[in-house]
Amino acid sequence: MIRFILGKLLYLVPTFIGITIIAFGFVRVLPGDPVLLMAGERGVSAERHAELAAQFGFDKPIWQQYLDFMGRLLQGDLGNSLVTKKPVLTEFLALFPATVELGLVAIIIATVIGVPVGVIAAIKRGSWFDQFSMTAALVGFSMPIFWWGLLLIILFSGILQWTPVSGRISLLYFFPQVTGFMLIDSLISGQKGAFTSALSHLILPSIVLATIPLAVIARQTRSAMLEVMGEDYVRTARAKGLPPSRVVGVHALRNAMIPVITTIGLQIGVLMAGAILTETIFSWPGIGKWMIDSISRRDYPVVQSGLLLIAGLVMMVNLIVDLTYGLINPRIRHK
Amino acid sequence: MKILTRSLIAASALAMVSAVPALAKTFVYCSEASPEGFDPAPYTAGGTFDASAHPIFNRLVQFKKGTTEVVPGLAESWEVSADGLEYTFKLRQGVKWHSNEKFTPSRDFNADDVIFSFDRQGNTGNPWNQYIAGITYEYYNSMEMPSLIKEVVKVDDHTVKFVLTRPEAPFLANIAMPFASIVSKEYADTLEAAGTKEDFNNLPIGTGPFKFVAYQKDAVIRYAKNADYWGEAPKIDDLIFAITPDAAVRLQKLKAGECHLMPYPAPADLEAIRADSTLKLDEQPGLNVAYLAYNTTVAPFDNPKVRKALNMAINKDAIIDAVFQGAGQAAKNPIPPTMWSYNDAVQDDAYDPEAAKAALEAEGVKDLSMKVWAMPVQRPYMPNARRTAELMQEDFAKIGVKVEIVSYEWGEYLKKSTEVGRDGAVILGWTGDNGDPDNFMGVLLSCAATGEGGANRAQWCNEDFSALLSKAKQTTDVAERTKLYEEAQMIFKDQAPWATIAHSTQFVPMSAKVSGFTMSPLGDFTFESVDIAE
Repeated sequence: MIRFILGKLLYLVPTFIGITIIAFGFVRVLPGDPVLLMAGERGVSAERHAELAAQFGFDKPIWQQYLDFMGRLLQGDLGNSLVTKKPVLTEFLALFPATVELGLVAIIIATVIGVPVGVIAAIKRGSWFDQFSMTAALVGFSMPIFWWGLLLIILFSGILQWTPVSGRISLLYFFPQVTGFMLIDSLISGQKGAFTSALSHLILPSIVLATIPLAVIARQTRSAMLEVMGEDYVRTARAKGLPPSRVVGVHALRNAMIPVITTIGLQIGVLMAGAILTETIFSWPGIGKWMIDSISRRDYPVVQSGLLLIAGLVMMVNLIVDLTYGLINPRIRHK
Repeated sequence: MKILTRSLIAASALAMVSAVPALAKTFVYCSEASPEGFDPAPYTAGGTFDASAHPIFNRLVQFKKGTTEVVPGLAESWEVSADGLEYTFKLRQGVKWHSNEKFTPSRDFNADDVIFSFDRQGNTGNPWNQYIAGITYEYYNSMEMPSLIKEVVKVDDHTVKFVLTRPEAPFLANIAMPFASIVSKEYADTLEAAGTKEDFNNLPIGTGPFKFVAYQKDAVIRYAKNADYWGEAPKIDDLIFAITPDAAVRLQKLKAGECHLMPYPAPADLEAIRADSTLKLDEQPGLNVAYLAYNTTVAPFDNPKVRKALNMAINKDAIIDAVFQGAGQAAKNPIPPTMWSYNDAVQDDAYDPEAAKAALEAEGVKDLSMKVWAMPVQRPYMPNARRTAELMQEDFAKIGVKVEIVSYEWGEYLKKSTEVGRDGAVILGWTGDNGDPDNFMGVLLSCAATGEGGANRAQWCNEDFSALLSKAKQTTDVAERTKLYEEAQMIFKDQAPWATIAHSTQFVPMSAKVSGFTMSPLGDFTFESVDIAE
């Protein structure tokens, strides 16, 4: 098992270097110039432009800028934002817990609902439940997130007034951030009603963010289950006279879960993409909105280091997923 | 909070709302963008100034609420020497600095603070010039302070003298701008000793109507009333900015009672806002202009008669209706009508396609095809440049001029549009910084602003026009300046470097319970005088 883990970790090194090149190159390939964007309609004289470019280090050849970036990176320095002038890592750490909290709740919703729906749809293949849930999944998969979020806000916050419109917690509550996770911090604060408020603020954004992963997970579970249910060992289990719950729960589901876990792992990337829009609609102070703002301002240090941090985390999650396979399926870890 | 609902979730949500006694009067502003930081000097975004310069700080002189008139701020009075080179400010006494966990002021505001506030921006040798690595002072630079201010002299604790290198009439208006906010020298010293200089930007200390309490990045900024404020104390106890980037969501929050006031409504929502009895909508002509700048160095646009002919072909009223949805007025001058020295005697090039066609023919221009540049972004002065360009395309087609619409990414657009040999006319605009006519005409149309990187995108250098601006800039008498600017506008119209398009109207929706809010022509959002009815 240790060799298996080490092998996986070794893989990460070239991947990580590749990511630094992509993260560094991506924002520079885009047309536009942070100095000009800052100057706006006023414009900036050629001399002043050169001065500022030199101050930001943009006057150096691109390969040297990359090496400088890597050199600082190895010392743990991710650079400072051109716009706020603050360290990228400080900003990332301030915003990251909000994205994780939202993403975790969304992936839990997607899994807890998606897996059972997929299993039932597979068992009752062709039934009205199967047809209805798979049609709904198709709709969910193609849902334009921005429109969907706004629709839910207008319905549940505007017309029905069941949920708050946006934000992480009612403005009435004001307590220091300890973990950055509002659900936990609100409990720590001991303020009455704070937890309920934080929870009620999570409902709509997490539903919106969960929509696409839920659809994908439900469909994947269904097809994996169908495949496994046709296998010989399931037939054997049935023939042995095992109750259907054991056949499905022990023999079929466990094997069907391998592709499903892969899918759930891959949804982390989808969640990040969804977070960009979800965070903007729900005024959710996370890294999705931060990245989008930084890209539109061509804030090179934030974009390159931010992408790197996010990619690093996605890699970690995928590593954990890979290791989980090993736990579920011994053949993988011994291969 | 509006009246409630039948559901369980709502019941619990409400329980939580009523659980906190409504002792303090809290005003919530659904702001649009996150502040870049809280030190007003290094930043340029209006949203940053609304969060820093306006609630927390003061300037020596300030803009009177709802106007661009310069009135005393931290300076009680001032005198200008006869040659216009020395400005002597008498400082207000007994002005208290805010305090926080790290700082308790030992003295009131004085001349040292004023000198520090300017020196740190202009003097690269000042240890606070680079208190954050890579910091720059863009407004200080673009308002030409480095070449203008010779020195700032402390006459006594309550008197400072600015010595200038040349007479500069807009100087007072310039130092009423956010970048010239007065910061505490003593606070800087304290932080320097503690080795936490960056707190100067994170935990600001000012003299303004509100004290900074806390900022949670991209989410919430909290302020508390400054009970020791030297001016009229705020009527509200707490001020909160709830950062809400999406306009549709801001409106939902306003309707749900989650905030009291919001900026920048979507034009499509105005009708619904007017119809809602729990809301009200303030409006005001914006201090802005949208224009189409010809490249006056490229034939046939180097011929003023050709430019005037094209101007006559543009149906501005149709643009105001279709693009601005009526929320604007057709522009004839480069400055808006609310600005002093606006010359109403100027005759606009009236919409007349027939005359335009004849005028082009008279100049021997046939089968003209041109590019019109449309910005890729929405700006306060221009809701939809693409649509505007399309309407112009139709208008120009009527006089036999073919138009190709081009666009670039915003940063590229800003840059390419300043290229000297640019092909095509550019749609762009301007929002005033300080209400001085020079801030429009000087910045956008003077000879000094031509060339690559300059804001004069018509590349229009008219000696007479620029001479009038220079003279006006060196004259302190407002009546005399007015005359000079009026004359300059005549030359502008006659030479037509631009097709002036429109001055847009600005809207501010708020809860019907809000009173005392005054819209600023400069687009600032300030809350020291607002109140909420119970």
